[in-house]
Amino acid sequence: MLRTRRAIAVAALAFLAAVVAVDFSVSATPNPFVQPPLIALGSGQAASGALCTTAPPR
Amino acid sequence: MLRPSPPLPARSVTMPTRASLIVLLVGVVGATALLVGARYGALLLVGLGLGLTLEGLRFGFAGPWRAFILRREPAGIAAQLLAIAGVALVAFPLLAMRPDELVGAHAPVGIAMVGGAFVFGVSMQLVLGCGSGTLVNAGSGNAIALVALPFFAIGSFAGAYHLDWWIDLGTAPMVTLQSIFGPLGGLGATLLGLAGVTAILFLMAAPQNRRIPRRLWIAAAVVAGLAVLNLVISGQPWGVVYGLGLWAAKGAQFFGADLAGSVFWSTPGNVERLQQTILTDVTSLTNIGIILGAFVVASWRGGLGGDRARLPMNGWVVAALAGLLMGYSSRLAFGCNVGAFFSGISTGSLHGWAWFAFAFAGSALGVRLRARLSLEPT
Repeated sequence: MLRTRRAIAVAALAFLAAVVAVDFSVSATPNPFVQPPLIALGSGQAASGALCTTAPPR
Repeated sequence: MLRPSPPLPARSVTMPTRASLIVLLVGVVGATALLVGARYGALLLVGLGLGLTLEGLRFGFAGPWRAFILRREPAGIAAQLLAIAGVALVAFPLLAMRPDELVGAHAPVGIAMVGGAFVFGVSMQLVLGCGSGTLVNAGSGNAIALVALPFFAIGSFAGAYHLDWWIDLGTAPMVTLQSIFGPLGGLGATLLGLAGVTAILFLMAAPQNRRIPRRLWIAAAVVAGLAVLNLVISGQPWGVVYGLGLWAAKGAQFFGADLAGSVFWSTPGNVERLQQTILTDVTSLTNIGIILGAFVVASWRGGLGGDRARLPMNGWVVAALAGLLMGYSSRLAFGCNVGAFFSGISTGSLHGWAWFAFAFAGSALGVRLRARLSLEPT
């Protein structure tokens, strides 16, 4: 079991699938009719995503 | 007597596999775009592009740092600095012109920040994979990366959980090169700094190593282009660590954990991330794309046929611990080689330069620790 690189790579995809499955079970159902503009630049909207430099407010 | 049938031509064997890989990619991107929105499908494509490039053109971070430390080969690091310069040339003007729509990877320098960068540098040499490298390696069939990856996510989640305490150890006000020199001066200082480091690397290199292969020039240009696309589409720079921590946080929620006790995870922005699917989280999407892209390249090349690396049991334990440390330390350091080093420097954050210095020092130690901890494959 998991002796070849192929098995390892497939296990990585299975890990991703498990993450998405767990995510769907604890997250709100996506609403495909409420979407941000395709491109943030020029949208007039502030960036709202979280990033690695995100820190708790002081 | 029956004779064995001749082997099929390689093309007829590989083409269906390749076709199924294309169907897989189109299906995943299309389903994401339909389910949660075109922007998120586009970001998944950016991640796929990064995975294809990092694996396909062998553009990495941990490996080139190791190559310079051990053999004074500067090409890989110089390619990283080239890519960072390419992003900076576009990002600095865009951030100056559109401050309401775009944000940089800006964070303060502090005691925990530089300590985290040092520990990350040590750990990434132990598993020979940084933030992006662990994703690429896992997707391309590297068992050490697959072991490290879930622990990386758990470490990132835990580091974020405790981040408030670590910041209180001592953190300077946030400084960007734009805030010191203005947008144009900040860009000039960044390019000067990158050129200066590159010159030092080449001066320290053996004469026969003082060149950058064509492959790395192309990779640097493509990675820079994709990082700019990430900024333009999402409004924020390329990152890795936040998404991994979010995956572990979702796992904690799944098992009934209440994250309200964490200052970090209870802030409004993070609460929203916890409520919404990771398919609307920028760093999660590019992370997923990187793993898928690396898988596609490795499969396409037929590179998944070999056996996995062999390590003694303590080697696997060290790989797991190093993954945990990479995740935890990168939260304290406000990013890994991507979020802090690549995106921090290319958008003017002083913490990106501090990260570079301390993570490189950590890498020098990590390279020497690898053999002692049984992490060289047998």
